[in-house]
Amino acid sequence: MTASNIAISVRNLTKEFVIAHEEKHSTLAERIVSRLKRPFHRAPKETFSALKNVSFDIYKGDIVGIIGRNGSGKSTLLRVLSNITHPTRGEIDLYGRVGSLLEVGTGFHPELTGRENIYLNGAILGMTRAEIRRQFDAIVDFAEVEKFLDTPVKRYSSGMYVRLAFAVAAHLNPEILIVDEVLAVGDAEFQNKCIGKMQDVAKDGSRTVLFVSHNVGAVETLCTRAILLDAGKVLLDGDVQTATKQYLQRNIKDHLADGIIVGKGYDLCGLRVSKPNLGTLSTFDPCEINISFRAHQPCSTAIHFLLEDSRGTLVMGIDSSNLTPNIKCTPDTIASYKFQIDSFPLIAGIYRLRIIIRNDTDFWHWEVPHAFNVPVESGEVYGTRQVEQKWNGTTAVRAKVAISTAAVPQDADANHDSNSTYINTPLSVG
Amino acid sequence: MTTLTPPIHPPSTPPATPSRAASAPPVPYRSIRATKGFSALNLGEIFHYRDLLVTLAIKDIKVRYKQTALGIAWVVIQPLIAAVIFSFVFGKVANISTGPIPYIVFSFASFLAWNLFSGIVTRISTCLTNNSHLISKVFFPRLVLPLSTVPTFFLDFTICLGVLAAFIIPNLNNIHLGLPLLLFPVWIALLTLLAVGLGIYFAALNVTYRDVQYIVPVAMQMLMYASPIAYPSSVIENQKPYLQALFHLNPLTNLLEGFRWSVLGSAPPHWGWALYSTAVTIAIFFLGALIFKRMERKFADII
Repeated sequence: MTASNIAISVRNLTKEFVIAHEEKHSTLAERIVSRLKRPFHRAPKETFSALKNVSFDIYKGDIVGIIGRNGSGKSTLLRVLSNITHPTRGEIDLYGRVGSLLEVGTGFHPELTGRENIYLNGAILGMTRAEIRRQFDAIVDFAEVEKFLDTPVKRYSSGMYVRLAFAVAAHLNPEILIVDEVLAVGDAEFQNKCIGKMQDVAKDGSRTVLFVSHNVGAVETLCTRAILLDAGKVLLDGDVQTATKQYLQRNIKDHLADGIIVGKGYDLCGLRVSKPNLGTLSTFDPCEINISFRAHQPCSTAIHFLLEDSRGTLVMGIDSSNLTPNIKCTPDTIASYKFQIDSFPLIAGIYRLRIIIRNDTDFWHWEVPHAFNVPVESGEVYGTRQVEQKWNGTTAVRAKVAISTAAVPQDADANHDSNSTYINTPLSVG
Repeated sequence: MTTLTPPIHPPSTPPATPSRAASAPPVPYRSIRATKGFSALNLGEIFHYRDLLVTLAIKDIKVRYKQTALGIAWVVIQPLIAAVIFSFVFGKVANISTGPIPYIVFSFASFLAWNLFSGIVTRISTCLTNNSHLISKVFFPRLVLPLSTVPTFFLDFTICLGVLAAFIIPNLNNIHLGLPLLLFPVWIALLTLLAVGLGIYFAALNVTYRDVQYIVPVAMQMLMYASPIAYPSSVIENQKPYLQALFHLNPLTNLLEGFRWSVLGSAPPHWGWALYSTAVTIAIFFLGALIFKRMERKFADII
């Protein structure tokens, strides 16, 4: 890689926010009195660094995924790169026109027609009127809204609205495209269309894409490189597999940290996911989930636990109320549940565990925060070789294959007489 | 998939300044640096975003009277009603003399100039907070937003000018138009410049202190009575000199006098004061723009 290939260069980027801690005054009079008492008193201020000394180079043709937990600085980084907010320190050089897509449909006006909104939204995203005119038909085609071009968008269905909005954005042709979590909106079909469009952009090779997502699956599909941010710092900058793996592993546990978590209506006292004799889960082995909690008031309680894969898709869930009647909890007892699974059905990988404690007396629930990632060991499920999620999905299936071979009949006509249900048409004629 | 191997740059790598300089690096399309204090106005950047300015202005105009029965007629009806009320209160009850010019023509003309001015100031002062979703999600030179509100008011003003002409033509015996008409665009330009200068200052301030959006309409009301809109400057002639000076210190006074001199053939403005108003207008505009540019960096964080 040479410097002539560079697309984005970021050096020692720091972004600080000042948070003022205002004293609470319940009435205006109180506020005035306190102001009169100490006229020059300033509210105490605290600086919060959203980005700390971030440096990296991105080259033309890179598709970079930026991953990290909430509050790790991903969105701030995109906003600084898009020139929306100003850095506190540091230098950024952008070698090409930047198009930012931080939101779908920014600036759409409900009273304007689809046609008018295409021009408006396009201009807001940085296209010239001539560019939009050139792309107009392609945008309308992509959005599939020809019939409604002259209808105000306030009468559009939400699906049409999002399609039109994304269509405009998709036809923005900058050298550097910055995309934030826009895939979170819309249905599955729309999300696939978005990913497809971004892959098209990527194929070009001269263009650069920066893509922020919580969706590790989407990052793995799209990106050629990933930057893992944590608390405003670059934790890892490298290939996608390493970064996503590290991102998922940062929160791996098999039990909840010691101590009681006080929640809404319930206190969680213990939670462990493991083999019955402790140890990491593995496919087809028995599994135990132990959870103990205390209710704040007498109520009928059920436990629901869910496992999600790295793409956030729910892959498995068990609701205790389906298996056993709800128990009556009281504040002076600790209830313990033990879920036993004879044969754990998921393939090696990291799964996110969510626990929901449901109060069926008053019809509300509490989702345990600090839910953690549960690893499932790579195992030779069928005793032969590694089975990967990539090719086999997340569910392990106990299966058998029966194979038999038979000689191909010599006479083609013989097929008609044969009892074979598999070969109904002759393999060769004549 | 491309066979491109991604370059791995550990975050600890110091910037390789010497080698980059040696291999003649390409010129960045845009550089972002942490800057403080005042920065240049950078009108070139605004010109670069002229399409956005035009589109936003068109949107403003199109959206304005959507779902109204009378539509664009409101542009004319509003100042007309105000002029009728004023001609009753000031023309009939207070009996203010406007010389040979009929009071209704006088007040309608004054209102056009005033509406242009106050409309721009009021609209610009809230244009940033009303478009906070744009400011926090998209980059563009922030000055585009206030500037894009101006064409709407120009359009309104132009339409009303037609009505004013209809008022003036039957009264041509009393209203003597001539060469002063040539200075008409100058007065309009100065009024607009003053309005934009004040407006962008209020707009920037309104991002941090929303009080501004409540103060501006009140201040505009006060300014309207302090400026010669319902009455000509001549009513102040018999007052004490310091009151007269105070009256003329308001740059609007002299600009409005100039405007009426051009379109109604009334008494010419005091040229010294007119020059003063021009200087103040230009100063306010540039000061407003500089303060706006200085505060603009924080808009997205605060809004």
